[in-house]
This record gives sequence, C-alpha cells and structure tokens, in this order.
Amino acid sequence: MLRGVLFPLALSVTLLLPLAGSAKPITDLKSLKLDVPAPDQMFPDGPGADAINANCLVCHSEDHVMNQPTLTKEGWEEVVEKMIKAYKAPISEEDASAIVDYLVRIKGKK
Amino acid sequence: MAKEYTFHDMTRRRLLGAAGMGGLSLLTAPAFAQRMIDLHATGGPGTRPLTDDFPQKRAMVLQRTSPPWLETPFDTFDKGVFTPNDQHFVSWHWADFPSEPDLDSYRLTVRGHVNQPLSLTIHEILNDFPRIELAAVAQCAGNSRIYMQPRVAGAQWANGSMSNALWTGIPLKAVLDRAGVKAGALQVRFGGMDKVILPESPAFLKSIDIDHARDGEVMLAFGMNGEQLPLLNGFPLKLVVPGWCAVYWIKMLSDIEVLDQPDTNYWTARGYRLPNTPFGNVKPGDSNFKLIPVTRNVPRSFITNIRSGDTIKTGAPTEARGIAFGGDCGVAKVDLSLDGGKNWLPTQLGKDEGKYSFRQWQTRFALPARGDYDLMIRCTNTKGEAQPAFPIWNPAGYMSNTIETTHVSAA
Ligand code: HEC
Repeated sequence: MLRGVLFPLALSVTLLLPLAGSAKPITDLKSLKLDVPAPDQMFPDGPGADAINANCLVCHSEDHVMNQPTLTKEGWEEVVEKMIKAYKAPISEEDASAIVDYLVRIKGKK
Repeated sequence: MAKEYTFHDMTRRRLLGAAGMGGLSLLTAPAFAQRMIDLHATGGPGTRPLTDDFPQKRAMVLQRTSPPWLETPFDTFDKGVFTPNDQHFVSWHWADFPSEPDLDSYRLTVRGHVNQPLSLTIHEILNDFPRIELAAVAQCAGNSRIYMQPRVAGAQWANGSMSNALWTGIPLKAVLDRAGVKAGALQVRFGGMDKVILPESPAFLKSIDIDHARDGEVMLAFGMNGEQLPLLNGFPLKLVVPGWCAVYWIKMLSDIEVLDQPDTNYWTARGYRLPNTPFGNVKPGDSNFKLIPVTRNVPRSFITNIRSGDTIKTGAPTEARGIAFGGDCGVAKVDLSLDGGKNWLPTQLGKDEGKYSFRQWQTRFALPARGDYDLMIRCTNTKGEAQPAFPIWNPAGYMSNTIETTHVSAA
C-alpha cells in the first residue's frame, strides 16, 4: 500500500558525544562523600494506612508502591506474599490482609 | 483523576521534604519539584518527577526514591551512543549501601574454591593487572516493563533502564588466575557492599558459570567513559558482564566467591525468572511453562528523534535516527518501516563501537500522502535474530524486545 521513499544520508558525526576524559588513563580513584536522599513519605491516609506504613516502608519507599499499576486483589495478595516469603518481611496475617484491602482500595483493578 | 492528583501532590511534598538533606538538593529543589515527565502508560500512574536530587546525577526519571531506581530520560539516547555518566540509569535492590565508601579500607576478596584467597586493595586493582576497555550496554531485565499489557508489578521502567558506557577495568580472568581456580569449580558468585535491611532477607548476590567468568571479557570496571564510576553506578568497582542483563553487573563489588556447587541463593536460584518459551512470551493466565533465569540481552532498536504524535510534512525529506543494540552480539542491520511493518527499508549504521555497544542508525524518508503512519524500527543482530512484531508478555515483565512503533501523521 504505502511506499515510503528513502534518501541516503551521510551519518552526522556531530551526533556522537565526545567521551569525557577518555584520553587520560585512570591512575587513582578519589574518595566520595555524598548524600543520597532518604525517603520520609508515608502512604495516603485511610483504613489500613497504619498497617502499610508499619510494614511496607522498611525496605523501599512509598513511591515504589504508588508507582505500581492497578492490580487485582489476587495480584496484590501475590505481592504481599512474595514480600513475606521471598524477602522475609515479618508481617502478621492480620496486617497482611489489612494491607491487601488498602491496596485494593487505592490501587485495585476492577 | 483524583488518583493522579494525589500522586502529583505527594511527590511534591516528599521531594521538598527530601531537599533539606544535602547541599546539592537545596540548590535544585524549586525547579525539579515542578518537572514531571509523561511515560505514556495506561493502567497506573503514567507520570514521574524528573529529579536532580541524587548525587552525581541530573534530570533522572524518578521511579523510586529508596533504594534508588533512576531512569535515563529517553531524549538522552538521541544525543549519542554513549550515555553521559550523570544520566546513566541507576537500580539498587537494598537501600543500605555506603554513601562514603572508604577507599583505604576497601578490599576485594577472592575466595572459595581457589588455591590462594586474595584480598586486593584499590591500588593493586589499578596497578597489578592488565587493563581492558570495552563499550557495553547495561540494561535491566525489566526495561520497558511499564508497557507490558496487562501491566505487571515490579520496577515500572519505561525504555530508559538501559545505558551505554565505555568501561575500563581488569579482566575477571586475570584475578581468578592469580587466585588459582581449583579443579571442579562450577560458578563464581559476586557480592557488593550493599547490605540487607533485615538479617533474614536474601543478600543481593549473582553467579555466572566458571567458563563465562574466565572468558576474558567479563571485567571488574573502575572506569566509565574515562571517569571513575558515579557512586550510584557502583563506585569504586563494578562487575561488567558484556551482553548480559544488568542484574549481573554487581555494584560496589567487594566479594568474589568461586563455588564448587551450584549457587542456591535466592537471586540466582529463584529470582529473575523468565518462561522458557520463544521470546519469553506467554499468555496471561498460562502456567504450563518452565521458568529459566534471565541471562543475555536480546536485540532492540529505537527511533530517538521522532515521537508518537509528531506531525511530519507530507513529501518532505525527513531524517529518522536512533539507536540499536544486538544483545549479546553485534548489530547486523536496522530496518525502518513506514507502513506498520508491511515493507522494510534499510538504514545506515553509524560507527561500530564494539559488539556490545549501542550503535546509531540513520536514514531519510518522505511520507507520500497526508494521513496517519506507523513507523517501526527493527534490529537484526549478527546471529540473525530479529525483534518480533508481537507484543511480548510474561508474569514478571522481563526481556521485552517487541518492535517499537511510533505513530505519526503527515500533513
Ligand atoms: C524485607 C524487605 C521488604 C519489605 C518489608 C517489603 N518489600 Fe516489597 N520488595 C522488596 C524487594 C527486595 C523487592 C524486589 C525489587 C527490588 O529490588 O526492590 C520488592 C518488590 C516489591 C514490589 C514489586 C513486585 C516485585 O515482585 O518485585 C512491590 C509491589 C512491593 N515490593 C510491595 C511491597 C509491599 C506492599 C510491602 C508491604 C506489605 C512490601 N513490599 C514490603 C523488599 C521488601
């Protein structure tokens, strides 16, 4: 159906970034003293917020969970179970179910 | 919509909160709090802050504050084949890694099934071994996960959890030879200076087979594009496994253990699993497949100078360019389609920086009549493997390399 036309074109060298400092061999490393941001954001308020704040901010920040897609209830159950079984998050059964309900409420997939 | 609003609001509050923590952050806080980037995803939050808040990094797509997941903004890939160090993507599994690694007390241990365990200083690493240099793409196994349909949990990377660099270091083989690998060695396991948060959690370790470890290309890198490594990319030393997924590229490398038994730790034996099917593709809900570890990269290509939604002048010669990589071998060819994959036209390849590097491609085309067009780009690698046209899906969202489509209109 549609046919495009292609024109040959010399590749422009300017597109390639020069390598910073590649001419000088590395002879020594300089110590670094840096600040890496520490998170302080809690989950949005609502039923179950206490449980998720207490259990799900130990290893990763709140944006990690908030950036996830919406998932079904089974999907969120699998996530919480993986945190407990694979990564050894110490979460009580009661908290786990409160967390699943919380996640289904704010990030549930119909 | 309410959800979207909450997300923006929270992000701003959190980032402003975090800005108090370091001199660097204070300088840039007012500008970055406003800058959001749209990843054009459906089924979940589609926007992310562009952050300057992390040391030695600028304008990174903030996927997660801690442990940091920072994505390279896509427009970076239009500027050249080497990703600048301050925009090389970042991914950590455990948040407890040193922000001030002490070079004087740093030691790289080599132990296990060897004749002579080693404990190497930075000075010895820099001076006592032959050096090698090679260009290689580091790509997370979950790159592009955000575009899988249906969506899956995990790091919600768009296309920017990949970066290319010229790595300088020493061959792992030379270090293993100095230690003297004993007969019967099976695998080599690598660990870094990052520590688990809870003592029962699995330390982040990865292993490769002994022959792979001794191939002369797997290297311990202290240089990245001619500079020492940024902290967040693994300063002072990073394992580089050319052609393999970045999960193997252990950062802040401090421990090398030669094993005479298969590695049973979680991250090698159970994590990072992909269906044993062509392209790792399965149907949602399917479960009759075996899982295998993610290993090598597969071919990919991208248009970097034209975005979906762009309007192109009908009949006008238009430049298309972008990047490609072969996976664990070189790029043989990159083809462009202007008609949704019916016809394919060759493009010109740019300078060959080595088989593991990004390679630039470029061509000129004209759209013959007004209307909508699907531009597609396809890489075929030197093993003859081409990107597939169908959408790849698997439960953990790994190894996506479906042909990319850019929707444009000619006016
Ligand atoms: C013991 C540490 C720990 C705790 C506590 C924890 N996680 Fe995780 N979580 C991890 C690790 C490790 C990953 C793997 C991804 C990574 O490297 O960050 C992960 C990944 C995830 C993912 C992505 C899915 C995947 O399979 O990778 C989601 C979603 C998630 N966590 C949600 C939660 C929720 C909700 C809680 C509270 C119930 C929680 N996490 C508690 C360690 C933890």
